Amino acid sequence: MTNNKKLALTGGYAAALALKHINPDVMAVYPITPQTPIIEIYSKFKADGEVDTEIIHVESEHSAMSACVGSSAAGARTVTATSSQGLSLMNEVVYIAAGLRLPILMAVSARALAAPINIHGDHSDVMGCRDSGWVQIFCENPQEVYDKTIIGMKLAEAVKFPVMVIMDGFNTSHSVENMEDLDDKIVKDFVGEYKPEKYLLDLENPVTFGPVALQNSYFEFRKDMADDFENIQKEYEKICADYEKISGRKYGIFEEYKIKNAEKVIVAMGSVCGTIKDAIDKMEKEGEKVGLMQLNLFRPFPYKDVKKALYKAKEVIVMDRNLTFGTKQALASEISHAIGKEVKSFVYGLGGRDTFQKQIIDMVQGQLKDNYLL
Amino acid sequence: MKYHKEIFEIIFHARGGQGAKTAAEIIAQAAVHEGKYVQAFPSFGPERSGAPTKTYLKISSKPIRNHEPVIDPDIVLVLDETLLDGTVVTLNLDANESLIINTKKPAHEIAQKIGFKGKIHPVDANGISMEIIGQPRPNTVILGKFVKIAEIVKLESVIEEFRRIFEDKIGKEATDKNVAAIEKAYDSI
Repeated sequence: MTNNKKLALTGGYAAALALKHINPDVMAVYPITPQTPIIEIYSKFKADGEVDTEIIHVESEHSAMSACVGSSAAGARTVTATSSQGLSLMNEVVYIAAGLRLPILMAVSARALAAPINIHGDHSDVMGCRDSGWVQIFCENPQEVYDKTIIGMKLAEAVKFPVMVIMDGFNTSHSVENMEDLDDKIVKDFVGEYKPEKYLLDLENPVTFGPVALQNSYFEFRKDMADDFENIQKEYEKICADYEKISGRKYGIFEEYKIKNAEKVIVAMGSVCGTIKDAIDKMEKEGEKVGLMQLNLFRPFPYKDVKKALYKAKEVIVMDRNLTFGTKQALASEISHAIGKEVKSFVYGLGGRDTFQKQIIDMVQGQLKDNYLL
Repeated sequence: MKYHKEIFEIIFHARGGQGAKTAAEIIAQAAVHEGKYVQAFPSFGPERSGAPTKTYLKISSKPIRNHEPVIDPDIVLVLDETLLDGTVVTLNLDANESLIINTKKPAHEIAQKIGFKGKIHPVDANGISMEIIGQPRPNTVILGKFVKIAEIVKLESVIEEFRRIFEDKIGKEATDKNVAAIEKAYDSI
């Protein structure tokens, strides 16, 4: 394998390619649109003898995550992928994976949730497990999917928490774009051999996973988990810095685009960020000072850094690709909490609705009649 | 044909299963091999074969950041002429821009039917495909016509890319036939 600088791949392919370079021990697979290309392409790598991952075919996503929990607890480097209803169905076991502190990596092609049925992209599914104890990393394009899959695997094992690497269903998962990969060996050296500290198949040091913990200890378990979750951001930043050394590509907890002198700052995640940047450049030509905070790390939420980066902005505009009921939108409420004041909150792109630069410019200029980029 | 903006934009109109996405990807990969930047993505409602689909392709000399769908195309390709009955395929296509369509009909008949004043390039991709390949593969055949009209990627790059993607899958003989069909569509008037 040589480093190929002239690739054009979909986000789904990019995820499968990163996983191929990692070559995990176990992958549990169950198809669902728009995630299916990831496991399809990976299965081809396996059939062609390019990876020796044990692929477990299961009968539902609940089983997929259950298989991952068993495999990871046994001591194997474990991955899976899902979307939408699949993620909802595995929800019970998603919480268990986090509680057991299992470093499972899951690629998610984020998609709308029923009802009504819709197979297209938004962030409703992943917002449904934002408090589950999983790390959540968002990607803008196939390049980021490739890079953050590798970063995510290393991070999961370093902090002993499961990690979701999230791409926008269709907008990123099915979009062919230029990207570069890394030499197979460089990725393997970067991720390193997985050596779990405690695992079920360690017969010399027997341990129990998933015992009952009642009134006298459950609380402490959960508190420990919360405390440890606080340390993830530091480790994420360290791994991103190391990754920059091998790839030349820099990722942080968020990317700041023209924020420095901006009067208005947009906050968003995922594939819409590129469209926002182009819209910002257009507004700049008209003399309007607008910036973008492109959030990469949504869980744990980097409150302090967000506050520091946004404190000068006269106006903060948050774009959510989810719609919550009876409360503020997921990202808007976090940003508002971080900066200690109200933000302008807008919802865009639900169920795969296209988002145009013109809508973004109208939003910034106060031209929209309500809070939706319909 | 010239860029009228920084990004050259193409819309493919087809039916699910006709291979518009594959055709767009072949052009995209060919452009990437020539050092260009691309973005290609499908747009459909339910994933169902036979349903009308749109595939967007953008090619530029600079990185493409925005993920907007294409609304102001430089070229439109139609793989199935029955789509003309229910879709305005020439939306925002100007008089100096081109429509490439898989049909046996001459250009003036298509122009009359859809009331389009721009350039229409009919190509009998089904006919060429049946004659040379022996199977209906209009999606790959029409690539030849596209290359000729768009002048945005080289024929050699598209053929090279086609071989890279398909030679393992369909064998050398079938690949050669497809390439011959692409070349014929390129040369067709």
